[in-house]
Amino acid sequence: MNTEAKKQYTISVFTEDKIGLLNRITIIFTRRKINVESLTVSESETKGIFRFTIVIELEPSNIEKLRGQLEKQVEVLKAFYYQDHDIVYQEIGLYKISTSEFVNGDKVENIIRKNNARILRIEPDYTIVEKTGHEEETRALFEELEPHGILSFVRSGRVAIAKPMKRLHVYLKEIGKLD
Amino acid sequence: MLVLEQPFVETEKEVIASKPNTTGAEAVILSLLAENVDTIFGYPGGAIMPIYDALYDYLDKVKHILTRHEQGAIHAAQGYARVRRKAGVCFATSGPGATNLITGIADAMVDSTPLVCITGQVTEGLLGTDAFQETDVVGISMPITKWNYQVTKAEEIPQAIAKAFYIAESGRPGPVLLDITKNAQFEGCDFKYQKCRRIRSYLPKRALVPEKIAEAAELINSCKKPLVLAGHGILIAKAQEVFQEFIEKSGLPVASTLLGLSAMSVEHPNYVGYLGMHGNYGPNVKTNEADLLIAVGMRFDDRVTGGLDTYAPDAKVIHIEIDPSEINKNVKATVPIIGDAKEALEALLPHVNERKYDEWLAEFAECDRLEDEKVVQKALAPTTEKIKMVEVIKMLSDKTEGKAVIVTDVGQHQMIATRYYKFAETESNVTSGGLGTMGFALPAAIGAKIGVPHRDVIAVAGDGGFQMTLQELGTIMQNDIPVKIIVLNNHFLGMVRQWQELFFDRRYSFTDIESPDFVTLASAYGVKGIQVTDRDKLESGLTQMLESKESFLLEVIVEKEENVFPMVPSGASVSDIRLE
Ligand SMILES: Cc1ncc(C[n+]2csc(CCOP(=O)(O)OP(=O)(O)O)c2C)c(N)n1
Repeated sequence: MNTEAKKQYTISVFTEDKIGLLNRITIIFTRRKINVESLTVSESETKGIFRFTIVIELEPSNIEKLRGQLEKQVEVLKAFYYQDHDIVYQEIGLYKISTSEFVNGDKVENIIRKNNARILRIEPDYTIVEKTGHEEETRALFEELEPHGILSFVRSGRVAIAKPMKRLHVYLKEIGKLD
Repeated sequence: MLVLEQPFVETEKEVIASKPNTTGAEAVILSLLAENVDTIFGYPGGAIMPIYDALYDYLDKVKHILTRHEQGAIHAAQGYARVRRKAGVCFATSGPGATNLITGIADAMVDSTPLVCITGQVTEGLLGTDAFQETDVVGISMPITKWNYQVTKAEEIPQAIAKAFYIAESGRPGPVLLDITKNAQFEGCDFKYQKCRRIRSYLPKRALVPEKIAEAAELINSCKKPLVLAGHGILIAKAQEVFQEFIEKSGLPVASTLLGLSAMSVEHPNYVGYLGMHGNYGPNVKTNEADLLIAVGMRFDDRVTGGLDTYAPDAKVIHIEIDPSEINKNVKATVPIIGDAKEALEALLPHVNERKYDEWLAEFAECDRLEDEKVVQKALAPTTEKIKMVEVIKMLSDKTEGKAVIVTDVGQHQMIATRYYKFAETESNVTSGGLGTMGFALPAAIGAKIGVPHRDVIAVAGDGGFQMTLQELGTIMQNDIPVKIIVLNNHFLGMVRQWQELFFDRRYSFTDIESPDFVTLASAYGVKGIQVTDRDKLESGLTQMLESKESFLLEVIVEKEENVFPMVPSGASVSDIRLE
């Protein structure tokens, strides 16, 4: 058994746009009993190349092996892993509260202002508030709003951009995947 | 938006086969012909019927072997692939046909065996509806295939098959699966075949890094107690010749993994034995005294390393391996060389000095002497009434001069056969290593015999494993495949019984196994056979089997409670290998 302390890693996996890859990638984690804390998939800055952003906790001695397993997949171009200080990252929280709470005095309005959140929509019976930030920040807003009645809450997975300046195709050229 | 200049898949310019106005099903067969496939192992069913129908017109160009079970088909394809070093091909229908392939796919994945598996699938419109015999085989096989893909349009077929062969055979080989829906098989298309040249996201083989070669050579030239660990990668890369040259120049002692056997003659003066749980004493013990391990095309499986905490404590490690994910996975590499074994050895060869390790080799010889005294002589000098497995294999080895292809099942007989057969020729060992699949031997031997018909192919199985796939005697019967079969019958699931004896207080929970009369059973399939119980009949029995022009089954009743030694208990250090 590995008794090393785990660390949080944000993994970026660049892949071809192929059905089934999501499954292939998640299997690599589940097979090793690694819990995926968040997963976001979107097209990257390069046409037809998708970027998976995956947040996990893992022993440092295993992260490089995990990267190897990801890159072993035929349709994976490259995988990178980062710790929080290597990246700029964000998540988004959406909060649904009842409009009557909102118009009842200025408490809720003050919370929203203080947290730099914004109102996306006001309907007669509900209001949708949006907050982007780190998980602690979206959670802090949740806790402040909760006494006023949250009807529904959702938080996105993490999206992250690495601080180093190299672009994907430069890495791909270096390892010989691109001419 | 950025665009990568390189297209996702690049094909060869040349169109090597074409036929306008055909069907998807015919395109499957034409694609296989374009890949020079000469044998398909398979079993038909509803969802793959159009492909079988198209095949019917091409029986002058490609052989199809109808097995008795899809597991038989895939193991046969594996046996074929292992002796031919090219992709084995198998067909199965959807649902149960496809799921019956799973064990073989998993086996091929861990043992780096190239396979192209083609399964039929229900028509596209029925996908996801739990239609009759609809199974998500792409989903099920995902973790055990190198690549898999579902084809739903006829026009996709040539490129999908071209990709399948390219992926299966290049880099570290492995199984791929194409699941072709029935509508795609029926649909019309214009067939045009171009081989796959490159896939931009996939780098099968990396260029060698010259600095790493130099660093490795320096370690090799300055070490005192080196040991080469020779793996399957040498055979896969067809690097046997340069390997031997490298060994003879550098003087390094060589130990082999289970799948690396027959990469080098066991009679070579630098060959010091076989690694792992039931390997030889010397290479196991000396691993922990070595100051340098040179691992070539092997992956430090736990059956080789034993407990990692105590593995090779004094050794620096050069790891030559084509699959980058194997580097530092189990054992940290001092100098990783990612690349093809042949290219790496060719690059290393001019940089290594001519050296001799007489004293170090003498230490291995001393270990051999000890093993011979404690293990081999006991196994060979019969004090028991019943024949011992070792006697059978030793005699088989002598009679065939180590030149046969030995296809083993899984268990004690496998360890005995691979320990005592003196592999004199290369590409002579076909076994299920990483998965340890009982039932592998008989069908794999069928495939191997079809792959190398000019060689003697001998399946060695236990009474347990033989019963897992013995229905393939029907395949032998129908196709007149002259494979020889030795069943070493100890009336036990011997390997598990051994563990029960050693580690579970002899509580033989469900390891005694009754068998039918194998000789009568074989004769029902038209396969001749004899049973040998007496030592003095063994030699004539073996001769009869070897001289038979047809398939032949030799059942030998062996000692019931023989144990395989040496043995590294599971998780123990390789230096704690037990001789008795
Ligand atoms: C499909 C499968 N099931 C179970 C096992 C576990 N197992 C490993 S060796 C063995 C015993 C094999 O017995 P037998 O075929 O009679 O060979 P022996 O060990 O007696 O030579 C078993 C049950 C296995 N390897 N494969």
